[in-house]
Amino acid sequence: MPHVTYISPDGTETTLEARDGDSVMEIAVKNGVKGIVAECGGACSCATCHVYVDDAFIAAAGEVSDLEDDMLDGAESERLPVSRLSCQIKMCAELDGLKVRIAPKQ
Amino acid sequence: MKEKILIIGAGQAGMQIASSLRDEGYAGDVTIVGEEAYAPYQRPPLSKAYLAGDMDEESLEFRNEHFYVENNIGVVTGDKIVHVEFGPAGGLATGGSGKSYEFDKLALTTGADPRKLKVEGADLDGVLYMRHLDDAKELKKRWDSIDNLVVLGGGFIGLEVAAVAQKAGKNVTVLQSGSRLMSRAVSPIVSDFYKAAHEKRGTTVHLNAQVSHLVGDRGKVTGVQLADGTLVPADIVMVGIGVTARGELADQLALEMEDGVIVVNEFAETSNSNVVAAGDAVILPHPLGHEGTVRLESVQNAVDQAKVAAQTLMGIREPYRAVPWFWSDQADLKLQIAGLSSGYDQTVIRGDRAADKFSVLYYKNGSLLAIDAVNDVSDYMAVRRALNAGANIPADAAADSSTPLKTLITGGEA
Ligand SMILES: Cc1cc2nc3c(=O)[nH]c(=O)nc-3n(C[C@H](O)[C@H](O)[C@H](O)COP(=O)(O)OP(=O)(O)OC[C@H]3O[C@@H](n4cnc5c(N)ncnc54)[C@H](O)[C@@H]3O)c2cc1C
Ligand code: FES
Repeated sequence: MPHVTYISPDGTETTLEARDGDSVMEIAVKNGVKGIVAECGGACSCATCHVYVDDAFIAAAGEVSDLEDDMLDGAESERLPVSRLSCQIKMCAELDGLKVRIAPKQ
Repeated sequence: MKEKILIIGAGQAGMQIASSLRDEGYAGDVTIVGEEAYAPYQRPPLSKAYLAGDMDEESLEFRNEHFYVENNIGVVTGDKIVHVEFGPAGGLATGGSGKSYEFDKLALTTGADPRKLKVEGADLDGVLYMRHLDDAKELKKRWDSIDNLVVLGGGFIGLEVAAVAQKAGKNVTVLQSGSRLMSRAVSPIVSDFYKAAHEKRGTTVHLNAQVSHLVGDRGKVTGVQLADGTLVPADIVMVGIGVTARGELADQLALEMEDGVIVVNEFAETSNSNVVAAGDAVILPHPLGHEGTVRLESVQNAVDQAKVAAQTLMGIREPYRAVPWFWSDQADLKLQIAGLSSGYDQTVIRGDRAADKFSVLYYKNGSLLAIDAVNDVSDYMAVRRALNAGANIPADAAADSSTPLKTLITGGEA
């Protein structure tokens, strides 16, 4: 099963195992990783699951939809080229070892 | 002895209170008891992604088992609390299982139940509701054998189910007793748009429909008889006519209630200072400090109010202040609402309804109250931000759709 590592704003790293198809948001929230709020539960409606994706994985993380793009514009923390909403990234074999930094403000 | 907090109702608000108590460093005992067979899970996907098959049961769970163990939160499932009291020895709740639960402080997060249909035939097989995971499972179990689905009620949940069914190729009819869809939450502009949008996609929508009774054959529903003589064939009748708060336990504690709904103050406190309540079961002061009280049946309210309730339980006095927000996904239309539009005296429409992308801004005395945005995330986010900051977006400037709203925010602490 693929693994994903979360880097919290305070520097703490947490590595978790994912089921294929789980979103990066979902794995964090279920395990109580702090910093990913995910108020809407993954409906792409809240922008409180903002992460910065490690450069090496940005392509494998997939395309940003128009909806996600607009949501990211309204996110609380600064938007960077590697910004994503973690509920919109689904885990798969290519993403094994994925690292994401959790945006400081959600 | 360690203080004990009991949370009755293992839903969105109950889970959040438990989780926030630990986030705030609460060291006492925390137990959540729920009637359903499942640990707390998300309801919104039941009528959307879960029904459509895009999300499985495991994905619905808020937290995994590991989280509850790690955070020392007791979760009891499948036990309905039937009695609760404050006796001389402290609080005691009793479950239908016969088990009892002691507590010093209590949180009531019992949510709401769907309002039951009360016409002849309402107890026929095939008349379903959509509130709990078991309801959604029941509908899914029958899904493949359904040709005709009738939705009674033109609210969010009914329309979401209608949209999923329509996409799956079912014949779908929505029967709304009132004169427009989602009338409690959105303005006529948005209601009219949604009626046309559902019709365009192939769903039949009857407004002002008066249901006379349900027709059945050998105990199974086969149709809905309208007062005007029309018979609408149905394999399933999905009833979505609103909810009633679950106030039974609050009643036993003689808490202040209003029409069966638990009354709380801005600290999520009931009339008993050892009892907090949050979520769909309560009526609360306007969350932005305006006149009057409101009922809010939304994830946002359950979560934000639960956070306040957790603080109150710990003796931290932080009043509830939050901009209400909500979403509903129907077909490829994402409706997002921020603020409360009631009492508006002016609207501004932006964007292009024909292109399924527009927003409606609501004002009172020139001040921005709320937005309903359809596939227009930028407008929605701008208004949420303005309302959060206590700022305004002047109506005359907003009327020009080509100017991004976020550039028009004035005043407040933005
Ligand atoms: C199908 C559906 C779709 C929705 N979609 C959206 C949406 O898109 N956006 C949005 O913002 N909101 C949506 N909502 C609303 C949102 O889910 C609710 O507002 C939220 O769940 C309220 O949380 P709650 O904790 O107050 O109640 P609930 O989540 O209903 O939890 C209450 C729990 O308490 C239990 N309980 C009650 N009495 C007892 C007792 N005596 N003993 C033990 N347990 C008891 C119940 O069984 C239930 O599990 C939707 C709701 C539904 C049903
Ligand atoms: S969880 Fe709400 S947008 Fe990702």
